[in-house]
Amino acid sequence: MNAPLRKSGVVLLVLFGLIFANLNWIQAYKADEYRTDWRNARVIVAQYERPRGIIEAAGGVALAENTATDDSLKYLRVYPEGEMYGPVLGYKPVNMSAVGIESAENDFLSGESDKLFADRLSDMFTGNETNGGNVVLSLKPKAQEVAWKQMTKNERGATKGAAVAIDPRTGAIQALVSMPSFDPNALVSHDTKAAAAAYQKLNKDEDQPMLNRAVANNLPPGSVFKVIVSAAALEAGYSPSSEIEAGSVYREGGATIRNSEEEVCTGSQVTLKEALTRSCNTGYARLGVELGADKVKAAAKAFGFEDDTLKVGDLESGAGLTVAASRTGDIANQDGSTDTAALAQSSLGQRDVRITPLQGAMIAATVANGGARRQPYLVQQLLGPDRRTLYTAEPKTLNNAVSSKVADGLKEMMVSVVENGTGTKAQISGMTVGGKTGTAQNAEGADPHGWFVGFAFNDKGEAVSAVCVMLENVPGGSASSEAARIAGLIMKAAAQ
Amino acid sequence: MSRIPGLKTRRNAELGLLAFAMVIVAVFGATVEANKYESLQSSFWVPAALLSILFLGLHIVVRIVAPYADPVLLPTVALINGIGVAFLRRIDIADAINDKLPPPGIFSGTGGRQLAWTLISLILAAGLLLVVRDHKNISKYAYTLGLTGIVLMMIPAVLPASLSEVNGAKLWIKIGGFSIQPGEFAKIMLVTFFAYYLVRKREVLSLASKRFLGVDFPRGRDLGPVITVWLFSLLVLVFEKDLGTALLYFGLFVVTLYVATERSSWLIIGLLLFFGGVYVAYLLGASVGGPFANFYDRADVWLNPFDDDQYNRVGGSFQLVQGLLGLGTGGLFGTGPGAGSPLFVPEVRNDFIFAGLGEEIGLFGLSALLVCYLLIVVRGMRAAIGVRDSFGKLVAGGLSFTLGLQVFVILGGITGLIPLTGQTTPFLSSGGSSLMANWLLVAMLMRISNAARGPATSGGGIGGVERPAGPKKAPTQLHGAMTEVIKP
Repeated sequence: MNAPLRKSGVVLLVLFGLIFANLNWIQAYKADEYRTDWRNARVIVAQYERPRGIIEAAGGVALAENTATDDSLKYLRVYPEGEMYGPVLGYKPVNMSAVGIESAENDFLSGESDKLFADRLSDMFTGNETNGGNVVLSLKPKAQEVAWKQMTKNERGATKGAAVAIDPRTGAIQALVSMPSFDPNALVSHDTKAAAAAYQKLNKDEDQPMLNRAVANNLPPGSVFKVIVSAAALEAGYSPSSEIEAGSVYREGGATIRNSEEEVCTGSQVTLKEALTRSCNTGYARLGVELGADKVKAAAKAFGFEDDTLKVGDLESGAGLTVAASRTGDIANQDGSTDTAALAQSSLGQRDVRITPLQGAMIAATVANGGARRQPYLVQQLLGPDRRTLYTAEPKTLNNAVSSKVADGLKEMMVSVVENGTGTKAQISGMTVGGKTGTAQNAEGADPHGWFVGFAFNDKGEAVSAVCVMLENVPGGSASSEAARIAGLIMKAAAQ
Repeated sequence: MSRIPGLKTRRNAELGLLAFAMVIVAVFGATVEANKYESLQSSFWVPAALLSILFLGLHIVVRIVAPYADPVLLPTVALINGIGVAFLRRIDIADAINDKLPPPGIFSGTGGRQLAWTLISLILAAGLLLVVRDHKNISKYAYTLGLTGIVLMMIPAVLPASLSEVNGAKLWIKIGGFSIQPGEFAKIMLVTFFAYYLVRKREVLSLASKRFLGVDFPRGRDLGPVITVWLFSLLVLVFEKDLGTALLYFGLFVVTLYVATERSSWLIIGLLLFFGGVYVAYLLGASVGGPFANFYDRADVWLNPFDDDQYNRVGGSFQLVQGLLGLGTGGLFGTGPGAGSPLFVPEVRNDFIFAGLGEEIGLFGLSALLVCYLLIVVRGMRAAIGVRDSFGKLVAGGLSFTLGLQVFVILGGITGLIPLTGQTTPFLSSGGSSLMANWLLVAMLMRISNAARGPATSGGGIGGVERPAGPKKAPTQLHGAMTEVIKP
């Protein structure tokens, strides 16, 4: 029996050797990485030795600040506005990963950014800890408040949705709301078990309160997409007064297109402007097929569809909330030729067309800004611990989506929608408002999504706000007119 | 037991090593206080002194009743035990400072309790050495021990989770504020039973075989006991939700089987069965869930500990990651006793004590600790090789292997080498069950090493498990033998 005993001893020797090798891996090779890992509680406590920077909205309203505690983590993060700003700010929990602006600007807020190097250097001599820098967002508290209240208390009883407002001239986000939302305060509790439980609860909620519906979720836009088809048509030489074919029914490659109401576009011919004003399905389906898939897709791409890289946050560092790409879908048969049935349906924003509410607002903003597409951003300014300005956002143009002539045509047509057509609820006294409604079928038997994208010009002719409101699965019809009503109120607040 | 001139007892070497171990423990305690309080407390030497007295007591008992016992076992275990007490006291001190309390008393907190458990464990160990003068006598109670072992092992699986579950593993019996881990005792009893059973069956199991692909495989009907124990360990895996315990029980059985029969085919069969079973449990956990889900979750945590979802999930990889980060923070030399932050490591008094220590004593300290464990195992194996009777060989070999395997399972778990399980770290973790059981194990090893190193005793047949002294039967006669071969 001695030979197997010796061999068993050797087996244990090998097992211990494995442990020893693994300890070398952890304590020698990986040591530096583990020592500075953000999850390392020692790193975390060091972070809480000094107050984290404040995040505030335009006008100095604090959205994320600190209160001193008497536990080992010296400062507790507090979000005074709770749910309203949750999806934008995100949260900085004790031992989970940070998200939102708290994550995108983490280096600056925690005081580790290169921008704060001078502060750190001087603090080294005085012996002070360098406090975090402060972040000023472009959000306008008034607009955000109106958006949040109107969305959560909408008259149709929709429980999910999102609203985004942008300044068309700069790309600054004026309001960004996602519903339902979450209270970040529960997630940053120093009681890490309570925080983890709160996270689990939110994570398991079927309504996905932690999903930022304004940027991270794309849905069928319905007739909102007609703006893109119109842009393609105007680029191809049509004018708002061009006559296009309409009619009450249009059959194409197995798809049957009807108008949403019997009395819309019954005549065989209608002007482009009239077709958009009345949201004429047969007219736009024919127009899309006439133009061809390539032109429709090209127009969509010019407006930012298929962009997988966009982030909305800090224009300089590029960090921010990740924006889901908007899509037109393939609109092609398996052999690569155009699927005309799909093209007819896609021209109405159905089939595989998907947009995010942010994309919707950007379409309206681009039209209002004469075709120049501004990159949206949230971070307006970065201030040092002493509130010295270290950075101010410089608006960036992504591309010229359409010529200014085409933009003017689109603007004229969209204003007609709000003045005479489906979007009258969005009217604001003293301002020129344009827009487009959308009612999107999404699943068999489910209530449709209600959309409105639009813009507002003040009496001086300045484009002051562009907005997109989306209400998911709105019961009881007229989904888009409620979206239009909310959009009008948001733009009015944003214009102040 | 009288001493024979010419045979060295090495008891003075043991005493010297013990003194050295206690100096290390005292220095550890002093460093902790210097780091925590910026000056030594007047009573810094008391825990080390108390431990020294306790171990000295056991040393004296060994001198009287087991003079030829291996001199390395006691000091090595005493060192680990002492470091355990000192480290638990170090955590109590950190707690007291956090709560703005004065330094904890010598007998308060987990460190104090561990000191008390050490006293009780040493009394048990001394008792075993005093009562069991010849390890072969134990074989008389083999069936009783085997049955008790199985019952002890099963109780937590049968009890409701509220009375048996800690950290997702059902390994406990919790009554009131008191909890014991019966598996710690069960493993010793089962080793003893297996040893007895295999000594009686070894010839059948080793000789009646079929040759296949150059390896001798046992007959189908002889596979019964292995299959039974295998099923048992898989039941443990599923119902006690603990891979480590299953691996421990099955590993100790397969190894004693291998040692008894000298047939490597048993090792091959055992490994294939075990890892096949574990893999099937993993697949079932992924597809069916139910009782297998817990194991699947743990395997998932093991595969992707730094994954955000795993890290944030309740019962996810948080503990494992914080342990790894603690170890990494320690680096090569550690922060020094008392200078780290072991309180950030969850369960640092129990499962993760090695990670907590690792931050403060570094790779060098942990390696030394690992060598200490290896010394115990190697010395146990040496006793098994040296002892003359088969029963003693199997018991010593089985116990040493079990101890080594347990160290591997828990250290492998907290370092991310294998899925984490709820085993205690022998002699280090806080808790009476583990300490008592492992000291009994060491006492047993010392008893057998005494027989191995001491003069040969007359009459090898005590306990009826020795081979008959008469001429051996020719092995060929065993081919086709009945499974139950009654030996005199």
